[in-house]
Amino acid sequence: MKKLFTLLSLATILALFALPGAMPSAAARDLTIVGWGGTTQAAHKIAYFDPFTKETGIKIVEDEWNGEMAKIRAMVETGNVTWDVVQVEAPEAYQGCDEGLFEQLDWSKITDKNNLVKGAAFDCGAGVLIWSTVFAYDADKIKDGPKNWADFWNVKKWPGKRGMRRGAKMTLEIALLADGVPRNEVYKVLSTKEGVDRAFKKLTELKPNILWWKAGAEPQQRLAAGDVAMSMAYNAWIYRVNQEEKRNFKIVWDGNLYSMDYWTIVKGSPNVEKALKFISFSMRPDRQAVFFNKIAYGWTAKGTGKHISPKMLPNLPTAEGHLDNALLTNVEFWQENGESLEQRFQAWVAK
Amino acid sequence: MAGQVTQNMSLRQKLRRAERRKKIGAIGLITPLFLVMLIFYFIPIGIMLYRSVDNSEMSEILPHTAKAIQSWSGKGLPDESVYAAIVADMKKAYPDRTLARVGRRLNFDKVGFYSLLLKSGRKVAKLQGPPYKDALIKIDKKWGDHTYWTVLKRGLQNTTWLYLLASLDLRYDDNNRIVKVPDEQAIYLAILGRTIYISASVTILCLLIGFPIAYFMATTSTRTRNILMILLLLVFWTSLLVRTLSWIVVLQNKGVVNSILMSLGLISKPLELVFNRIGVYIAMTHVLLPFMVLPLYSVMRGVPPSYVRAARSLGATPIVAFFKVYVPQTRAGIGAGSLMVFIQALGYYITPALVGGPKDQMLSYFVAFFVNERVNWSMASALGVLLLVLTGSFYLLFGRRVNVANIKLG
Repeated sequence: MKKLFTLLSLATILALFALPGAMPSAAARDLTIVGWGGTTQAAHKIAYFDPFTKETGIKIVEDEWNGEMAKIRAMVETGNVTWDVVQVEAPEAYQGCDEGLFEQLDWSKITDKNNLVKGAAFDCGAGVLIWSTVFAYDADKIKDGPKNWADFWNVKKWPGKRGMRRGAKMTLEIALLADGVPRNEVYKVLSTKEGVDRAFKKLTELKPNILWWKAGAEPQQRLAAGDVAMSMAYNAWIYRVNQEEKRNFKIVWDGNLYSMDYWTIVKGSPNVEKALKFISFSMRPDRQAVFFNKIAYGWTAKGTGKHISPKMLPNLPTAEGHLDNALLTNVEFWQENGESLEQRFQAWVAK
Repeated sequence: MAGQVTQNMSLRQKLRRAERRKKIGAIGLITPLFLVMLIFYFIPIGIMLYRSVDNSEMSEILPHTAKAIQSWSGKGLPDESVYAAIVADMKKAYPDRTLARVGRRLNFDKVGFYSLLLKSGRKVAKLQGPPYKDALIKIDKKWGDHTYWTVLKRGLQNTTWLYLLASLDLRYDDNNRIVKVPDEQAIYLAILGRTIYISASVTILCLLIGFPIAYFMATTSTRTRNILMILLLLVFWTSLLVRTLSWIVVLQNKGVVNSILMSLGLISKPLELVFNRIGVYIAMTHVLLPFMVLPLYSVMRGVPPSYVRAARSLGATPIVAFFKVYVPQTRAGIGAGSLMVFIQALGYYITPALVGGPKDQMLSYFVAFFVNERVNWSMASALGVLLLVLTGSFYLLFGRRVNVANIKLG
């Protein structure tokens, strides 16, 4: 009975996920690399994909995703693996590693781990980039701007809506930072019931003024449209809008939350060797220099910094001073508490 | 005589054979339909029902523990044999990378289990021989807490009610009793109520708008009727996504509606028409309107105009004649249209997700949330079961009254 159900489940999963992809035979396909799309992936192409093909002759097929781990799980469970290298956020990378969804990386074929920044090398992943969650405001509209998360809560001095990401992760940390919890104690406080209550209480204070967003592209649009006075946002998006649309959005770096994305290899990929070669290629400082001169995220290969133009440098999360009062998102904490806190958040936000 | 009997027999046989052939032919004709129903309808629903209670993965990953823990009474701590069993299981499951799956499922029941199992899994490889009880408790004192063992024993059964209970805002407490979840965690019953409320509101809106349209179509000239029918069916030919996104363009702060109202000087500040309940009502009513108009129209066409005329000639005012004579004759259409709109609205996902705010999401949103974001298919299935039961009971409740078999579209 159990077998039958497993078989039927697999068949359904196949029908749902694999059929639209026209089912190319898994063995004889090109190296497929999956990123988050947009300008980041366009920069991947220029800095890594095209030069890699030129240097090694290995062809690359690109695909995009939005972090749906269900897809990777379905691939691994059905054995129909159509992706090889995937750019994954830290919690999913670690959890997927624990659950055997990603290959163990053979670091001897990539690089010496000491050549990378702290945290960029682990069993299943190699750091792609470091990204920061900050808040930004339109400096053309607000002259004497806010300085930290406590100011973000101050709707008396700076009236207007606040944009925040609709989810518990990062939002709860920010609430505690705004409530005056020192950054090295945030997760200790959040591990207790009282700490969680405190974070939600602080959020409730601001709730009538919050406009929630889900996709990373939204905060800039809302800021530009004047729907919000200030908004939680991803630093590189703000930088890009400033560049491309000549905006004057100012980023507040104090208390920014940073995290890393990783290259992972989907378990059962037929192209593991090629994938390792690619990851090794993308860990070279000269390649990363091309990428991080375009995209305002932090590099993972030591020595990249000296190739970054002085004009670009202050916009990166890893620039002087930006990490001084920053908080690293705690992967283990969210693995453990993600489900219950996200549910509580959903219940709270819907009230 | 004898010859006639054999002839009779052979005739009967022939008849039977012919009938059998016909039967096979008939079955052959409906086989494709049957297969389609089976593959796209009954099997997926069956899998969903099964997934919401299936827990057999657990005892496959921890087979020794599942057996040994049966002997534990549930009071105090289990004895050494259970500790030895779980050490043996973890020694295998940790390198196999299956321990994390068990951890995730148990963590759903009791937060803290994920890290407990992974941390212990990392360390058990180095444990030297029995006794294991004290050694495990030394690794993490949670192993000396009987509430964790209660959760483990419950979690190693082959079926679990955990997810179905969770979908009703219930959970097990430390003593294995079913209790309500704390208020700040309770969510699904409220969502359930909201789903019904939004669906009912949309149904009423569709009826209020759809009735005059259907009436006009049924009573106007053939030419106008055809044009109206095409306009109505046009809605079906445009993608749901396009229609929904168009509403965002029309209704947003700097959208068409607000711009016109502001330039006319009717309002000074833009009205908030989208990313809230109003947006959901507008978009859903638009999308579902044809399902109300078509059955109403088909019933109205069959209503003879002579009854209303008779009522009028007997002295009824137009309003009385309309409500006392005309409306009762369209009751079948009202029932059919309302039922169709209501039941479809119950399962709506993409429209509220796009034009609604966090306070306007319905049950399907949470099904998608658990499938895509949390990768918790058991919980998604449990919410699916809830939605199925809800839809099914409304169908049973009103379906018979409405006489669903007679619903006609146009």
